[in-house]
Amino acid sequence: MSTSAAATPTPQKQSDPPETKARTAKRPGDLIFSGLSIGSGLLIFLTLLLVAVFLTIRSLPAIQSSREVTGDADAVSLLEYTAPLVFGTVFAAVLALLMAVPVAVGIALFISHFAPRRLATPLGFMIDLLAAVPSVVFGLWGGVWLVPRLEPLYMWLNTYLGWIPLFAGEPSAPMRNLATASVVLAVMILPIITAVSREVFLQTPRLQEEAALALGATRFETIRTVVLPFGRSGVVSASMLGLGRALGETMAVLMVLSPGSSFSLHILEVGRHNSIAANIASQSAEATPDVMARLIFTGLVLFVITFVINAIARAVVARSTQG
Amino acid sequence: MAQAINVEDLNIYYSEFLAVENVNVTIQPRSVTALIGPSGCGKSTFLRTLNRMHEVIPGAYATGSVEIEGANIYGSGVDPVNVRRRVGMVFQKPNPFPTMSIRDNVLAGVKLNNQRISRSTADELVESSLRGANLWEEVKDRLDKPGMGLSGGQQQRLCIARAIAVKPEVILMDEPCSALDPISTLAIEDLIHEMKQDFTIVIVTHNMQQASRVSDRTGFFNIAGTGKPGHLIEIDETEKMFTNPENKQTEDYISGRFG
Repeated sequence: MSTSAAATPTPQKQSDPPETKARTAKRPGDLIFSGLSIGSGLLIFLTLLLVAVFLTIRSLPAIQSSREVTGDADAVSLLEYTAPLVFGTVFAAVLALLMAVPVAVGIALFISHFAPRRLATPLGFMIDLLAAVPSVVFGLWGGVWLVPRLEPLYMWLNTYLGWIPLFAGEPSAPMRNLATASVVLAVMILPIITAVSREVFLQTPRLQEEAALALGATRFETIRTVVLPFGRSGVVSASMLGLGRALGETMAVLMVLSPGSSFSLHILEVGRHNSIAANIASQSAEATPDVMARLIFTGLVLFVITFVINAIARAVVARSTQG
Repeated sequence: MAQAINVEDLNIYYSEFLAVENVNVTIQPRSVTALIGPSGCGKSTFLRTLNRMHEVIPGAYATGSVEIEGANIYGSGVDPVNVRRRVGMVFQKPNPFPTMSIRDNVLAGVKLNNQRISRSTADELVESSLRGANLWEEVKDRLDKPGMGLSGGQQQRLCIARAIAVKPEVILMDEPCSALDPISTLAIEDLIHEMKQDFTIVIVTHNMQQASRVSDRTGFFNIAGTGKPGHLIEIDETEKMFTNPENKQTEDYISGRFG
């Protein structure tokens, strides 16, 4: 900017070099288009800002009166109210991620490197369709179909692997527990992770794969030495996208999980956990202003968490595209 | 170590399309054979059938026989993975593994197949392979740095080190200098001269000067027209090919009258 300003004799407007102005101002189409695109960009920013402002302002009463009792029977402070919800939300999302990522990477590798093209294309299409299923449907499926079918598995895990804290405790039917919620979430985030991973794996440079093959690598060794290292950052960012979705998912969790409030690691126990989003959805309809402020505060926390996750994902992607 | 290659009645296809027709040739051990010819004549395609890399392209296959050490690599029951361990390859563009250090790049082929080697054996192999590729002196102090940090010519020599680390019998080079500057090219050509003591080398090149500089024998591929299969027109001692070729097409190509 300073160089162009030095080149022009008019010192008043430093930020507007006449050359560029002359070039862009002449075409009305360019003006309209740039105005529209800048406007759209600003709109996104503005919306985000407004949401943040709304959440902050409306949750202020809850923050200011954090010691106050809500008038409910189980009166707790704001921190005691929010922390278990955050725990439940993150716990369920991480469990879902742990289940979904290996499967998603497997499917993505199958589509990109193993399946014959006749099979790969419809399979990829089906995975994309899975992403289009509304979460209510997943919730119904999870609550009605999945819950009874997982019961034998849970009982087995509890009996034989009960020494692992995760599977300890006393599960009881119906199995509307955090484990089931995580399974449903895993199915829901599977498509996005698979689709992104598949795209990344397909972009593996042909030359790299041939380098491995020419050294006498088998197909699996080629994937291990070339495809996975190349796609690692892509898989990480895909997982972050999935994590973001799992964190914010409302309907499916609401319909599958019987809620509770604790920091229990026992994922098979019913009525011990809840997620922020599901809690907001179930409570907001009949909330007193006090409770509403708390719900909005939990919403603000969720907003911050997903924001941070997305920022991390961006950073990972940016670092990988540089190197 | 170095083995002769005996090619008989080789036809090479991309799906329906016959790309190279009826190649019969014997490639001498411990020699450099250069393959020249206009673009699209099938010389690279032919090269890639010698280690069964051709068939990694969907729909691609070859018929006929390629014998190395008396055994047909296209025989039934032959695992292409084993063929590629015996016949190394260097590509047009340097392609070290980007996530690996220089040392790991050299050892990449050796570590495949879950082979375990001791630290000291690995160190020796890294040094001997890098020395074999004339790269040791330049990189010995930074073996743990990524291979992508080297210059293009160094990367290509790293790829050669990687190929010779698995101790193949034959090394195929597909225009190994086409992405390199003249000085790096010279380094690779010197290296090829030294390597033919130990290996059978087949090199595809667009550069006829290069063919005349590095090779003992030269083969000329040509194509009658677009959509027609390529043929091996003539193969002979390099000196004879560039001074007094038997075939009119060869003479025209070499003297620059076409192509």
